[in-house]
Amino acid sequence: MAAIGGCFFFLIAIAFVAVVWAIWRYNNLIALKNQVVNGWKQIDVQLKRRHDLIPNLIASVKGEMQFEQDTLEKVIAARNSAVAARGVADAAEKENQLTQTLSRLFALAENYPNLKANESVKALMEELSSTENKIGFARQFYNDIATRFNTAQQVFPDSLIAQAFKFQPVELFEIKEAAEREAPQVDLSLHPKQ
Amino acid sequence: MINLYDQQKRNIARTRIVLTGFILFLAFLGMGADAFLYGSGAGPGFPIATLGALCLGAFSAWWALREGDRAVLESTRAVPVDPRDPNQRILDDVVEEMAIAAGLPKPAVYVIPDSDPNALATGRGPEKSSIAVTAGLLRSLNREELQAVVSHEMSHVKNYDIRVMTVVAALVGSVLLLSDWGRRGLWWGGGRRRSSDGEGRGSGGLALFFFVAWLVSLVLAPLIAQLVAMAVSREREYLADASGAELTRNPLALASALEKIDAAAAPTPSIKQGVAHLCIEDPRGRAVNDREGAWANLFATHPPIAKRIALLKEMAYQTAGTKG
Repeated sequence: MAAIGGCFFFLIAIAFVAVVWAIWRYNNLIALKNQVVNGWKQIDVQLKRRHDLIPNLIASVKGEMQFEQDTLEKVIAARNSAVAARGVADAAEKENQLTQTLSRLFALAENYPNLKANESVKALMEELSSTENKIGFARQFYNDIATRFNTAQQVFPDSLIAQAFKFQPVELFEIKEAAEREAPQVDLSLHPKQ
Repeated sequence: MINLYDQQKRNIARTRIVLTGFILFLAFLGMGADAFLYGSGAGPGFPIATLGALCLGAFSAWWALREGDRAVLESTRAVPVDPRDPNQRILDDVVEEMAIAAGLPKPAVYVIPDSDPNALATGRGPEKSSIAVTAGLLRSLNREELQAVVSHEMSHVKNYDIRVMTVVAALVGSVLLLSDWGRRGLWWGGGRRRSSDGEGRGSGGLALFFFVAWLVSLVLAPLIAQLVAMAVSREREYLADASGAELTRNPLALASALEKIDAAAAPTPSIKQGVAHLCIEDPRGRAVNDREGAWANLFATHPPIAKRIALLKEMAYQTAGTKG
């Protein structure tokens, strides 16, 4: 009789531990998911900022860069189609095009010493290039956190929880430039290899 | 091999150890004073010195944790960044970029009016942090290098290095203040006693107080040195270099920033002794940091800069290797 009682108690203890573990891992997945959502929002904030800045920049460089009409129009067109984009994949593609036309504009602006001397143009350029960086870093952070979320869903035994509650892996942001793909490998052995 | 997460946990634990060690040691001093006051035969009296020391220790610990960052910034005479100045605007932008890359709230940004290039981070943790760079750093680095330096500081913020470092800096600061009081008070009290015999009694008591303050700080100094040694590990600089490079994906920019900082080897006068371990490179411009070995390890707060640069370049090669 005592043995059966002990066995029963043992099973209850195991069930209890399992439930606590499940809650813990579930909450972990939820926390990651919210970070992913937040990371995505952060990209949106910066993209919106870029959309707002471009018309100002174009207006202030138009006079000086009148021989670059073609480039300026391309930037405006790319900006407008990025604003109008619907859906993640579409938006990603349009934003990438905008990034490319913008970097061409930045490169061309280097040829205009008057522009570089103009304080308000300089301030706008700095703001826009900082926004470009923020977009890049926001994507990088999103990809890092999304990768962690996806990995957390796939490793065993957390995958059991992920399947039971129908967690879905999220898509990563494709980055076009090869240079941005690789994170540097971190070696803390403190000895430079010869 | 340590990672950022281990380092976070280790730093939070270290802060507790440093603070508890400080309080306990003060209480121990107080117990000694009580034993002296009441003697061995007088029986148990009210342990006033023990309680006083305990309160003092607890208050300093609380103050160090709460106001330490402000004390550190004030000691370097840092001023908040001015976004109207184009160069400072860039700094402000770069800090925001790095905060986004690290997924942290943006720290407060300060500029230290000093022409020697250096940078430091302070605060309680990611939720309340500040990053300060010298005017010299802003002048001598380009945007990418500035970004690299800020990414290094952001890693200190992220892994709670700043919490340990700031607490230690604040405790060191309060003990230095105490010893300063003690020494000045002794001199002052001594002078007064000689000038007028009538007030000798009262100022004698004051002198005794200052003498005690001075003695206590004398006793505390080695403990503080021990705390600094405990809290400061050279590993943390390598780790911040590595995780900073992970944020910018650009180890070479940090390498070249360190080269420039090293080339301007002059000491940074705005940054006081007690704050040295918070900086990206030792502001005292000392040669000990350039040597490796047990003796150098005892005194240096930073690993040799040449080795840090070599490691960063190694990191860049590895990245290039996996790509090609």
